[in-house]
Amino acid sequence: MVLTGANGSGKSSLLRLLATLLMPVTGRLLWNGAPVRDDLSAYRARLHYVGHLEAIKPALRVRETLAFWAQTRGIGTASVDRALAVFGLAQIADWPCRWLSAGQRRRLALARLVATPAPLWLLDEPGAALDADGEARLVAAIAGHRDRGGRVVVATHQPIALSGGSELRLGDFAVAETLVDF
Amino acid sequence: MLAYFGLFRREILLAWRQGGEIGLALGFFVLVVLLFPLGVGPEAEILSRIGAGVIWAAALLAAVLSLDRLFAGDHSDGGLDLMALSVMPLEGVVLVKCAAHWVMTGLPLVVLSPFLALLFNLDIAAIPTLVVGLLIGTPALSLLGAIAAALTLGARRPGVLSSLLVLPLYLPVLIFGAGAAEASVSGGARPHLLLLAALSLAALPLAPFATAAALRQALD
Repeated sequence: MVLTGANGSGKSSLLRLLATLLMPVTGRLLWNGAPVRDDLSAYRARLHYVGHLEAIKPALRVRETLAFWAQTRGIGTASVDRALAVFGLAQIADWPCRWLSAGQRRRLALARLVATPAPLWLLDEPGAALDADGEARLVAAIAGHRDRGGRVVVATHQPIALSGGSELRLGDFAVAETLVDF
Repeated sequence: MLAYFGLFRREILLAWRQGGEIGLALGFFVLVVLLFPLGVGPEAEILSRIGAGVIWAAALLAAVLSLDRLFAGDHSDGGLDLMALSVMPLEGVVLVKCAAHWVMTGLPLVVLSPFLALLFNLDIAAIPTLVVGLLIGTPALSLLGAIAAALTLGARRPGVLSSLLVLPLYLPVLIFGAGAAEASVSGGARPHLLLLAALSLAALPLAPFATAAALRQALD
């Protein structure tokens, strides 16, 4: 699903809500019909969230960063090298992150998606700062994830070349209110 | 367990590679301690009497100085969001971060303290007690400091605010820590050390919950 809408329409807030980083004031968040609050940690283990900020430390190396975030999900670092390759970072895996450009930082943040499996990807402006190659790799990663039965929610105000997904436009408060209430 | 180990390793790596912050806290500790003899004069008897208190007060201030880096970096770069979504409960994240903070700032203060005690002509019998007191009291400084660091996330001047919040909480640690070193000369340090240990042990389960609650507020 692609969430679109003007600046301030609530795309990022909705994603943070889906990620349980925000809690709905009214209504409930359900996963397969069950309230996620019933087993918050199980729900969180099912999702990946990539927000505006990349959670990258300049003093750490690219591989170290990805390995660390894989470990925080309780999973080993076996897929780290593959994730780096998927997003074209293999050759700079030993660089300190302070050397990375904005686009490379974005790729590293997105590589978390591949380093550890999770059925639900919540992506906030994932194409920001990516060049054509980076965007192609992102689209391929999303397509592969969907082929494996995964679900993706992308918030963006830029067109992104995803096929077969639905689009939800957040245009006014009434729409946002309905969504929060599901 | 892998997640906790990974977080601890990263915290140590970051502190080591950004060595300026540890150096700043240690330099501040040494400088504050060295300023006192210049201010109160070189009389050995006076220095001997105030030495333990000065070292403890300097340790408190150095701990406050290093609190900023506990959560602020992860809050500003989005890392705290991901930690909240990780397999670790936030309370566990806090505990690991406090442990790393203590290893990189509290422990070096403990190691330096006997040398600084010699400068103050502290009674030789009091030096082991001072070191043991710092060893069991400084974990409380990291744990209590974490509460203030979390409460002031996003504040305009978090350093000043966290000092105001945390220094009153540090008072019992200062009183029993300095008291232990003074009492050791007369052989009565044990009650002070036990109370110091009690403070650290009480902070160990309670502070992570308070800190995690403050972090959840900051994430909203």
